Amino acid sequence: MKGFVGVSAAALTGAALVGLSATSPAQAEDTITVASWGGAYSASQREAYYKPAAKEVDLVVLEDEWGGSLSEIRVQVETGDYKWHVIDSESGTAMAGCDEGLLAEIDWEMMGGMDRFLPGAALDCAVGTISWATVYAYDGDSFMDGETPSTIADFFDTEKFPGKRGLYAKGMGATLEMALMADGMSASEVNAYLHENDEEAVARAFAKLDTIKDDIIWWDTGSMAPQLLSDGEVVMTTGWNGRIYDAIVNEGKNFVIVWDGQTIDYDLWVTPAGHPEYDLAMKFIEYASRPEVMARQSQYISYGPTTTEAAELVNPDILRDLPTSPANLGNALWVDTVWWADHEEELTERFQVWRAQ
Amino acid sequence: MASTAEPDAMMAADGVPLKIRLRRAERMRKVWALALIAPLFVFLIVAFVFPILSLLTISVEDPEVNDALPRTAEAFREWDGQGFPPTETMVVFAEELAMADRGGFGRVSKRLNYDISGFRSMLKKTARAADDLAPLSPDAIHEGFIDIDSDWADPAYWLAVKRASVRYSDYYMLWAIDLRRDGTGEIVDVAEGRAIYVEVLIRTIEISFAVTVLCFVLGLPIAYLLATLPTRRSNLLLILVLLPFWTSLLVRTTSWLVLLQNEGLVNDTAIWLGLWNEPQELVRNRFGVYVAMVHILLPFMVLPMYSVMKGINPWHMRAAASLGAPGWKAFLKVYLPQCMPGVGAGTLLVFILSLGYYITPALVGGPEDQMISYWIAENMGRLANWGLGAALSAILLALTVVMFLVYNRFVGIDRLKVS
Repeated sequence: MKGFVGVSAAALTGAALVGLSATSPAQAEDTITVASWGGAYSASQREAYYKPAAKEVDLVVLEDEWGGSLSEIRVQVETGDYKWHVIDSESGTAMAGCDEGLLAEIDWEMMGGMDRFLPGAALDCAVGTISWATVYAYDGDSFMDGETPSTIADFFDTEKFPGKRGLYAKGMGATLEMALMADGMSASEVNAYLHENDEEAVARAFAKLDTIKDDIIWWDTGSMAPQLLSDGEVVMTTGWNGRIYDAIVNEGKNFVIVWDGQTIDYDLWVTPAGHPEYDLAMKFIEYASRPEVMARQSQYISYGPTTTEAAELVNPDILRDLPTSPANLGNALWVDTVWWADHEEELTERFQVWRAQ
Repeated sequence: MASTAEPDAMMAADGVPLKIRLRRAERMRKVWALALIAPLFVFLIVAFVFPILSLLTISVEDPEVNDALPRTAEAFREWDGQGFPPTETMVVFAEELAMADRGGFGRVSKRLNYDISGFRSMLKKTARAADDLAPLSPDAIHEGFIDIDSDWADPAYWLAVKRASVRYSDYYMLWAIDLRRDGTGEIVDVAEGRAIYVEVLIRTIEISFAVTVLCFVLGLPIAYLLATLPTRRSNLLLILVLLPFWTSLLVRTTSWLVLLQNEGLVNDTAIWLGLWNEPQELVRNRFGVYVAMVHILLPFMVLPMYSVMKGINPWHMRAAASLGAPGWKAFLKVYLPQCMPGVGAGTLLVFILSLGYYITPALVGGPEDQMISYWIAENMGRLANWGLGAALSAILLALTVVMFLVYNRFVGIDRLKVS
């Protein structure tokens, strides 16, 4: 028995040594993992931030993909098992995570102060990186003759435009607002309604979604939305405007974005509370927020920057494709960060149950 | 020397009585045997018994309020649940809310929001104002709460805190079967539109049952063929059965996704052949789940049946025929009963494996086709509702054990033959 224990202890030590020697070369440099949204968006971040960071500030960035729910961060903070050091988060999630102590506060002195950023893009625990929108789009080649969809209500009108609809599976953000707008509310009324009567608003949105439930095909990563459209699986789909833009520009698709009823939000860099690489996380966020670095991303995808200095350096070719371009703002809604901070987790759960019923 | 010893006490070469030597050798062997199984034993404890026990514990635990607001929990437990809690209890609540750390507070508000939707924002509002609330005198404290949010005038919110103050409760177990306790402690259905888990449980059994039946119907002829063909040809056939068996589950599942999609090979071929004109939905629905699961689980049905059939003496069938039985009757009366141990093993294996299926339905099924494992993963991971995840796991475990016992009762585990 004693002999066995000795042997197994030696074996364990051996395994540990092998493990160490296998990982040590990577540990020699500063390495962090950034969780983002995959596909063309992650590709734009890779070119604009991750690859140059290795050269310009000696920071090796590994990538992961996530689904955007605060619970995914909660699991890591509560178990102390951190997969991610920096996360690209939506604003409501960032605010709720900050309130609950799941996200670490930002070193704003290092970032050059909150005033550099657009209103709403600088929070206690989060630094804005892009402005983006959820829109819907259709394939122009499938609507060669006859009427084309032009309003948010058309997305929900399966009699006028029969066929499958693509919708985001993992959360209800934007889908909720779009359902309310399609149900006859204008973009300017929605947020007040959510605040005044959240239960009724949610019920109304679910009722509207019920009307197209049998026609929905779900997408769960950003790149899947344009894919569904080009595969002909759906006649129209919601999607993140940069992903649709990417399919139009880089794959030559004849997709048309319908800007009516778009919901605009910021994505922000956040870092989970309590992990050992806080300094590296700040170093990365500071680097990615430098005007010339931030503006670089607009070379690759049609998302807007979050600082005015970077806005001046943006690639002029994408200006009219930005959610904030005046031509696209006719009936646009800014996502209500405070409301979503209170409701995101609960609605994610209710939405998943509704989908499965 | 021989004269001093007992006449029947045989000695070993070194003079120790043989009996003692034997006993020593026996003991050594036992120690060795124990030492050999020790790694497995330790592994089972660490990787099996301990996780299952801790999971069962989590399923009946309700720790958030107790951990973050311990004095509040104690005070609420003493309240009888009539009307409103004593004002001293409210004072304790306000004091602890003012002091609670952000992490603990976040967990409490998430837990209470499960019970009453909207509790989270109300509690957040209250906690922000709790510094002004705590110094209030007991007479004014309830008014103070109501000033912050008028919902505090509704006893339901206070009762929800009381329900969450018990460390061990049936809260998550009830939730896992779409039930909850109302303000008076009565067990009632969960709110409309929130019930899903009974449906998921029934769906899980339904899918597992259908997959088992399909595997049996498809597997029986294959197994029979394998067992009766000459060895050279049956070996080739066996390889065809085993080859997919050795291929990664993920690869096979994703391949089905590619084959069955709207513009996939199956739809294209069928349209080309004129079987149908429009692409049919073959995937992201129940049909896709059945196709992929049956394909993956078929070898688990075929192999046990084959090994049993291989051992059946072909003379029995010939004897039945010589006694005048038609082929189908000989098969039903003579051959099939002898196959039963293999059929039993195959169906049990396929059914129990199906119960826990996760990745295949997740990839080729729609939201209405997800089985209980999907919801366990969803709650344990993305939704971070470990109590509910653990309760669902406990139900899956119980279901598997019940299946096993029922099976044992009717077929008999000792009759099973896997190989």
